[in-house]
Amino acid sequence: MKFAVKAWSNGRARTGLLHLGNYPNPIETPALLLPTRKGLPYFISPDLLPSLPSPDSHLLQVCPLHFLEGLSPKTISKVGGLHQMVGLPEYGFAAVARDSVQCLPECNSTNKVGASFETPCGRLLIKPADYVEMISSMKPNIWATLADEVPAWVSDKRNKTSVDRTVRWLDECIALSSAGGAVFGSIVGGPSVEERERCTQEVARRNVSGYWIGGFGLGESMDERPALLNAVTAILQEEKPRLVCGLGLPEEVLQGVAAGIDLFDSEYIYHLTLEGFALTFPLGGVGVNVFSFDPNNLGSDRSKINLRATIYRKDTSPVVENCSCYTCQNHTKAYINHLLNVHEMLAQILLEMRP
Amino acid sequence: MALRFEVLGRFNRARAANLTLPHFLCQTPLFMPVGTQGTIKGLTTNQLEEIGCQIILGNTYHLALRPTSELIDELGGLHKFMNWPRALLTDSGGFQMVSLLHLADITEKGVTFQSPVDGKPMLLTPEESIQIQNRIGADIIMALDDVVKTTITGPRIEEAMYRTLRWIDRCIAAHKRPNEQNLFGIVQGGLDPVLRDICVRGLVDRNLPGYAIGGLAGGEDKDSFWRVVAQCTAALPEDKPRYVMGVGYPLDIVVCSALGADMYDCVYPTRTARFGTALVTEGVLKLKHNVMADDTRPIDPTCACMVCKNYTRAYIHCLVTKDAMGSQLLSYHNLFYMMKLSRDLHSSIIEGRFPQFVCDFLRKMFPKGDVPEWVCNAMEVAGIDISSCCAPFISSQE
Repeated sequence: MKFAVKAWSNGRARTGLLHLGNYPNPIETPALLLPTRKGLPYFISPDLLPSLPSPDSHLLQVCPLHFLEGLSPKTISKVGGLHQMVGLPEYGFAAVARDSVQCLPECNSTNKVGASFETPCGRLLIKPADYVEMISSMKPNIWATLADEVPAWVSDKRNKTSVDRTVRWLDECIALSSAGGAVFGSIVGGPSVEERERCTQEVARRNVSGYWIGGFGLGESMDERPALLNAVTAILQEEKPRLVCGLGLPEEVLQGVAAGIDLFDSEYIYHLTLEGFALTFPLGGVGVNVFSFDPNNLGSDRSKINLRATIYRKDTSPVVENCSCYTCQNHTKAYINHLLNVHEMLAQILLEMRP
Repeated sequence: MALRFEVLGRFNRARAANLTLPHFLCQTPLFMPVGTQGTIKGLTTNQLEEIGCQIILGNTYHLALRPTSELIDELGGLHKFMNWPRALLTDSGGFQMVSLLHLADITEKGVTFQSPVDGKPMLLTPEESIQIQNRIGADIIMALDDVVKTTITGPRIEEAMYRTLRWIDRCIAAHKRPNEQNLFGIVQGGLDPVLRDICVRGLVDRNLPGYAIGGLAGGEDKDSFWRVVAQCTAALPEDKPRYVMGVGYPLDIVVCSALGADMYDCVYPTRTARFGTALVTEGVLKLKHNVMADDTRPIDPTCACMVCKNYTRAYIHCLVTKDAMGSQLLSYHNLFYMMKLSRDLHSSIIEGRFPQFVCDFLRKMFPKGDVPEWVCNAMEVAGIDISSCCAPFISSQE
């Protein structure tokens, strides 16, 4: 993996180019990582992936813990790694231990031996050695080291411990790992600017290819974030990429961009898809969006519409006019409304493809 | 009449044909996947085209409930609503009579259902069924028939057969779009050859564009099943398509095609996919089983589909029954398998190698030579020599 900053804004925001070894075209950052379940998108099947804009859609996020449910590292190695296993040799995978949907960090059960997660297989304690074994069999392009993530309301002592553990586990992961792939050092520190700075300084001293900034999307408010993010990015080396998980809404992503973050996860899209929402905000700058706030629209607003709403029953227009995505080119709001009403899987497939 | 049926090749009773419908030129024998509620579960219309689907089934009963046939009509018909450019077939809603019988009351007037959505009574008359199907706009529509389970005996079967004939006249009278939609009649009569014969002759008298063989695939024994199909295909006109409803298993499709049937539909391939079962040349593969957890072979090494080219049994195993993607990938493979079967049936008949195809198929499915007796009997009537696939069996007379 190679990363280079292309251009600067007046503040910390920057654009960059990310080169993956297995894909010819570089990916422009800031960029989103597509959420996956066991390596494939939740709903978009692999043959439909090419209909998403390229190369922007070539970065996928994967959670190694998903594979604990039925696929051993030995088998994954036998097939030749994650890319072979999911039939996407030209896509980039970034592995992060937690995902925001099903493998949530359980900080009360985490101890000095390993990080605890609530997963569909129950509560699991993952030691650095286990984690590295999974990573080695998967061979992702990028992987974040095992972290002790804590939500914003923990005690100072607990927060401090999380930083100490995360740094220690970073060293263990690097020491144990023989896998290729770019290692992203994990930075935590909860709600404390001092701890964030302390963690960042430690991680910045290590030989890593980039940084994963954790501990967000765990209950802190949007107002607290810029200070914490900026505390981190102020110290980090400019030319190494930064990945953050847990920033959901478009506004939150923009906060991250302003602080100098290059890569974001997008579990938010999964939640939108399940709820029946389609994103509709105009992409090219500020559009004049004449949209009346109708309380019957089930939460629709200027940035998204809920296609379950009955006003769409007979609406034969695409979700967004002049949009070139598969869903807008082929289907109407009325059809998606019907699919949602009768609980058909196709609804989620079409909605996931839309953002 | 809004179709053309042109037989291009034969082997004894089996035939391969071009079936030209308003929206698509289809090749028979063919299998029609079932898209009950205006979608095949988990697949886009693009994928269905790629796989080679020619006709999809929509279910009148479900669509009339949601989103209603009036809405579909208002929005330009089901083709436009679901954006499917090829052919569509709607059934009459009659099958639900059998599958939801405890909620239904059948009289000469029609069928009363209790709507499972909101409990309100719904009356389906022949006229109403045709009107709903006219609004939905499929290329082929089915007459409302009085269906009885083949496992039932007694006078009910005869009553249902005669009622079906009375209802076909009401369906014909109610049909407002005969130049755009083809009304198929359905042969009923249970397992009784006399009743089936009366029904066939009655329907043929009405000179319909095509005919279906109904009331089967409901639990009757295989020996009775093939005999009814054989009798009907022998009696139905040569120059019109024959559709065996609710079939089904690949083996059944091969046998029925040998006996002279052209079209099939069933939820089996897609439903079994959602339970983790893949269709393969040897039969089925149950990907749920733990033994699959480290099997790094593809589902079917001879299959050219996207799933078999890219994925191992181990990976699919970890997905099935747990993640939507598992259902999608297996549905894709299973339908691909069925479409390939359809294409192979069509081309082997045209290219004069149908018997070899049948033998090859049976040999792969029954490598020990234990071809079921009903298949042997059916193939004998079909005039296909499958002795090379059958192990010499020990007759009970010895």
